Amino acid sequence: MTIADLEHRLGCTPLVPYVEATLAGAYTSDMLSDVMAHAPEDSVLITLQGHKNTVACASLAGVKAIVLAGQREAPDDMLAAATAEGIAVFASSMRQFELSWRVAALLGLGVPPRF
Amino acid sequence: MIPIDPNASPSALLELIYRLKVKDIMTGQVKSVEKDTSLREIQRIMRENKVSGVPIVEDGRLVGMISVDDIIRALDQGYIDSPAVVHMSRKLVVLEDDMPVSFAISSFEKYQYGRFPVINRARELVGIVTSRDVTSGLLLEMNRSLEEMERVLNLQASPEPIGQVKRVFLVQQFDYENAGRASTELKKILQDRGVDRALQRKAAVASYELEMNLVNHSLGGRLIFHIDDEKATIEAVDQGPGIPDLAKAMTEGFSTANDWIRSLGFGAGMGLPNTKRVSDEFDLQSTVGKGTQVRAVVHLKPQPGDKP
Repeated sequence: MTIADLEHRLGCTPLVPYVEATLAGAYTSDMLSDVMAHAPEDSVLITLQGHKNTVACASLAGVKAIVLAGQREAPDDMLAAATAEGIAVFASSMRQFELSWRVAALLGLGVPPRF
Repeated sequence: MIPIDPNASPSALLELIYRLKVKDIMTGQVKSVEKDTSLREIQRIMRENKVSGVPIVEDGRLVGMISVDDIIRALDQGYIDSPAVVHMSRKLVVLEDDMPVSFAISSFEKYQYGRFPVINRARELVGIVTSRDVTSGLLLEMNRSLEEMERVLNLQASPEPIGQVKRVFLVQQFDYENAGRASTELKKILQDRGVDRALQRKAAVASYELEMNLVNHSLGGRLIFHIDDEKATIEAVDQGPGIPDLAKAMTEGFSTANDWIRSLGFGAGMGLPNTKRVSDEFDLQSTVGKGTQVRAVVHLKPQPGDKP
């Protein structure tokens, strides 16, 4: 899947202009330490943490896009940081669980083995 | 008037106010007038030259001063067209151009005047000093001194050995505005050096966790990076409060963070364990009341015994 899929196939609202790129994975968490430790490179982060530090964390962990679930708002300084770091930020009215399984489908993860 | 005590100030400042002379800070080329000039003419000179006092001279020698207060009084009492000589202050306190600036500061304190005429050895009028001249003169000189200090410090600092990078970042407690800036810089340095992405990330994780620990828990400290071809070393050194129980601090899930820190997504009790997990070398020392020092090393070239 690509970053543009978040906008066009999941209906997420882009909050900053983004550069199209392939996403190799996804991670859902609100604990930034947990994101740092476990988010895969080139991934999309699904989170409730709408603030500037999420961008710093994403940038360091190699996360390419952030989706704020549950229509969480992003402050201006977060969007400015994201623009500077080249990280896409989206808003979605979907909750984290729903976003996660839809993203999983787009990533081709589908039904887990032995489900 | 000038908030500097010539008897009790930092020695660098004292050195400055004794070394600088009145002539270094005064406004030279003063507009002065002869004693029979009318107060109305003097008012015009004040307005045009944007000054609040005009020295009165006779054959080049200073004989009096007319200040803006004298002009106001003249307007109020209706004698604005009379000559300066009748109404000028004759009891003048003058400064000499070779006096140290400390003397000017004491004079402002002692006499409560807004300005002092400055004369040279031949007792000729050569300038005027206001408290504003003193403060701006001192600021300019302090700037010059600081620039010189920085230049000397740069000369003294031993040059970085080729291929090695050292960076020091000050990290303030609760400064979420700048949090992550140091670690982002570290990642960029590693990126520029062509370090493998996975290793970049290990170093960035270690650095970010230590940086956030400084922001969330310390009273402020420094994050220091040493990078060469072999390894990236990250040191976090703070000034307290220190960790009472190191074993607990190293336990995943244990955190002393308050609800507010947790609401930002920190304080999961994963910082130090995460740092240790991504580091090839890890060392933690802490003294309650003194501070904490953490050293995390990520090997950039594989060494025997490294984790996969």
